[in-house]
Amino acid sequence: MNIFVCVKQVPDTETKVKPSGDGTFIDTTSIKWIMNPYDEFAVEQALLVKQTNASANITVVRVGSVKDTEALRTAMAMGADDAILVQADDNLDSYMIAKALKGAIDKSGKKPDLILTGKQAIDDDCLQVPQLLAQMLNLPSVSVVVGFEDGGKLKLKRETEGGSLEIYEVDKPAVVACNKGLNTPRYASLPGIMKAKKKPMTEFKLADVGVSDADRRVKYSNFQLPPEKPPGKKMDATDTAKQKDVVKQVVQLLRNEAKAI
Amino acid sequence: MAKILVFTETHNEHVKTVTLEILAKLSGHSLEVAAIGEISATGVQELAKYGAAKIHKIKGAGLEKYSPEGYANALKDFISKQSYDYVFAGATSLGKDLFPRVAGSFDAGMASEVTNFVMDGDKFAGTRPLFAGKCYAKVEIQGPKPHFITVRPNALGLGTATAGAGAVADVAGNAGAIRAIVKEVVKSASSKVDLTEANIIVSGGRAMKNADNFKILNELADVIGATVGASRAAVDSGYAPHAMQVGQTGKTVSPSLYIACGISGAIQHLAGMRTSKCIVAINTDPDAPIFTKADYGIVGDLFQIVPLLTQEFKALLGK
Repeated sequence: MNIFVCVKQVPDTETKVKPSGDGTFIDTTSIKWIMNPYDEFAVEQALLVKQTNASANITVVRVGSVKDTEALRTAMAMGADDAILVQADDNLDSYMIAKALKGAIDKSGKKPDLILTGKQAIDDDCLQVPQLLAQMLNLPSVSVVVGFEDGGKLKLKRETEGGSLEIYEVDKPAVVACNKGLNTPRYASLPGIMKAKKKPMTEFKLADVGVSDADRRVKYSNFQLPPEKPPGKKMDATDTAKQKDVVKQVVQLLRNEAKAI
Repeated sequence: MAKILVFTETHNEHVKTVTLEILAKLSGHSLEVAAIGEISATGVQELAKYGAAKIHKIKGAGLEKYSPEGYANALKDFISKQSYDYVFAGATSLGKDLFPRVAGSFDAGMASEVTNFVMDGDKFAGTRPLFAGKCYAKVEIQGPKPHFITVRPNALGLGTATAGAGAVADVAGNAGAIRAIVKEVVKSASSKVDLTEANIIVSGGRAMKNADNFKILNELADVIGATVGASRAAVDSGYAPHAMQVGQTGKTVSPSLYIACGISGAIQHLAGMRTSKCIVAINTDPDAPIFTKADYGIVGDLFQIVPLLTQEFKALLGK
């Protein structure tokens, strides 16, 4: 059984984002890169599948810059068997990334039985790659998955609005985009980290997987920070005697000034 | 004048408000609407009022309920026979799942979850948040048409529109092979609207101390018609399920009113709620970062303040 896990490397959630000088992306100097948090659930799910199917091979694939390969090494330290890195800039659009992932999976020579991804990358927040990749590979896809059972067919729970669930029955191979709540990603053990250094990592250039700049579909410009809000009113209600008045005042302001209620 | 299709999701034949927001914003263009399945008479009236010239109801075997492949196949068939420049939808749970597949089937580009856009003549230029709203950028689409766009609910607002003819037509649709089938839908126990579509949100943070204490937020929410959310700290501590999480690894929201209770305001939380039109923060720490984003900050203990707020709102709203 061949499992592919697609991961992305994104700025840490605590990062203060700054637009780059030309406004076409963010300033990536001195950013701490991490594996996209949702991708950790995908890696963990692959490992859980492998626990019941020891012959499964887990390949972790990433499209992005080479400057460090943290996400791939982390995934291999957690237990993935091998890795593919498609070298590219960090600002590809979803279509290019999906096409590059498909190209990399095709070039690996392994026929995928299961493809796992995070439900979205927390950098561009597009939520497109899993479905695009499925479309390109002509596979079914289920996104925002919070429940996973493999009994020949996959039984998946997809979370929709307000915490409702759609229960899917899915033929394999399939693309499954994982959400928080699906499992608890393990930490890489020290022996795992040591082993990961020796695990094979294949590298491709974008051109090797059939992607060029002509594939760009979405163009960004004018990156900017959101406008700062003017300072609001701060009221002290630490003194219990004042609390009622403060609350009254805020409720009146919400009605008359902000017209929010 | 661009030729535009707006795909509308329907719930019990009702049309989602985000569809009307999109239509109003596109006033002056050639506007058609497509739905899969039936639309109520009220829904048809609303769509016409907001500018739909034609309303296509796509129906066929396998399209009785949602499936990513079935809906994508049917929409692809329908769109291929037309010559739309742009296809829009709301960035709802369904829209976000479906539209990348449909765009992919045309090898076309898609702009996800824009919060605003302009049509410069026939050319679309959108604005969308990235990094959960830590920054914004202008987004344009190139390559084969039609171009696909999803729009965040509540972001555009309901503008004024010129009414359209609203001519309704049934279209025979084909779901094709479906390999991911929805067997069952488990409705959430909560009857509240989803956080991403909520007009008012009351959120609790780590200071809630436990899951039980969320009941005081629920009481406030019931009075003002709000949906209850939570910070990552509260979710990670097990006080609330992840479906309630607001922030960079949860939901990005932009309600008219956001009431943050016992939330300090970590960068990743602020990113997810900073576009709320009015923010109220309640926190014991006067230096909590949440106060820098709050229109009205109350320095005090949420366990005392929230019940008082509930009381005051009850009096105000005559409940």
